[in-house]
Amino acid sequence: MRAFSYTAPSSVAEAVEAIAAAGGGAKFLAGGTTLFDLMKLGVERPPALVDVSRLAELTTIDTSRGDHLVFGGGARMADVAADPVVRRDYPVLSESLWRAASQQLRNMATVAGNLLQRTRCPYFRETAYPCNKREPGSGCAAREGIDRGNAVLGTSEACIATYPGDWPVALLAFDAAVDVVGPRGERTVTLADLHLEPGDTPHREHTLAPDELILRIRVPLTPAGRGSTYLKIRDRESYAFALASAAVGLTLTAGGQVQECRIALGGVATRPWRARSAEQAVIGRPLTDETARAAGEAALAGAHAGAHNTFKIELAKRTVADALRIAGERASR
Amino acid sequence: MTTFIVNGQKVDVDLDPRESLLDVLHGRLQLFGTKKGCDHGQCGACTVHLDGRRVVSCLTMAVQADEREVRTIEDVAAEDGTLHPLQQAFIDNDAMQCGYCTPGQIMSGLACIAEGHTGGDDEIREHMSGNLCRCGAYVGIVAAIRQAAGQTATRQTGA
Repeated sequence: MRAFSYTAPSSVAEAVEAIAAAGGGAKFLAGGTTLFDLMKLGVERPPALVDVSRLAELTTIDTSRGDHLVFGGGARMADVAADPVVRRDYPVLSESLWRAASQQLRNMATVAGNLLQRTRCPYFRETAYPCNKREPGSGCAAREGIDRGNAVLGTSEACIATYPGDWPVALLAFDAAVDVVGPRGERTVTLADLHLEPGDTPHREHTLAPDELILRIRVPLTPAGRGSTYLKIRDRESYAFALASAAVGLTLTAGGQVQECRIALGGVATRPWRARSAEQAVIGRPLTDETARAAGEAALAGAHAGAHNTFKIELAKRTVADALRIAGERASR
Repeated sequence: MTTFIVNGQKVDVDLDPRESLLDVLHGRLQLFGTKKGCDHGQCGACTVHLDGRRVVSCLTMAVQADEREVRTIEDVAAEDGTLHPLQQAFIDNDAMQCGYCTPGQIMSGLACIAEGHTGGDDEIREHMSGNLCRCGAYVGIVAAIRQAAGQTATRQTGA
């Protein structure tokens, strides 16, 4: 592992100063579950780390407000997953967290760091292969390789790496936003504007500057939160990345028609993927096997498979349909 | 200089920030119970408790444990060698074959019980999924945790 300098500032203000002083390539360190892992593999080679994992001011969870749930960026995944208000009012958020990783990792990883988790594409993680995301211009080994886990939505000639996260998929479905701070002050970025499709620049994965720190995540309260679920389909029942997943929330009219509907996909796209056409496919209609299936079809309408991942398209359609049924049952309680 | 409390003892170590907590426990402090399996957070063999919560020590940078309490498998049995009920339950239920994953399983199992995630076998499996056993002793591991959780509950209710 390349040597690096390490500092552990005692406040957010000091952390922002420290990252500016550390110069180019410096990174914030939170739980370390992605960053330290990739440093061991030689994929990440930061010259300096600024440790924000112990800043108490970043760990607040505030579920008492009437308009938003607020999660400090440094709150642990395990703590947000277990929060009783989150579990009751927003099961999709809790489920997206506890269906991710293992309890050990959820105790370590932060809810802000998780937003910027990097792909599990094996060709990205192994430095012997060309990878446009790791080394711009070097090529994409996944295109000619074993692409079973790779994306079918949002891909480009340069990159087919799947975005691996779950929690950000749920946040995107519910129009969350992050407040960030950097040397130029604070600003707010919506989840929709946070992640990037790879295009010609797959090494650019998000719109934050390297010296910007996520302070908190805000999730607007909506009645669709209660009628929500995060359905994650994996090779094994627990502790695996999604082959396909769906974050769904909805409300029903007294007559049983879908009123509000939110759908986002994980495991199949190069970024957290909002499926608005799928939402439109069910809004104003009763929730039946037919309309749920139509939503799945709409969500995957633009999908392109490679050599080994065609199955993901059908799997994701069914995942959307099943998640709609689960959410529908919760919404009608 | 980094200071940890390891199994109740204060330990000062001069660290290279590249060192994992696992490597420091195993290589420097001679605590060989904590095992290195994958070294990438995928197998759970290196599970320890950090400030009372289970973590994988391979992905914990040692410098991040400064002034924190680390508990390893060496601290689980009583000083006179009497096994903890969960350790005994692993023996009673044949919850191991080669034994390499066992220290991590037990540290994770202790946390699983403390967290209250032992409501049924499915819940135990879900919350123990971060600990792999290549010998496939899962049936015994789940039974051992169920047995020890029952004993803990009995003691807590004073029955």
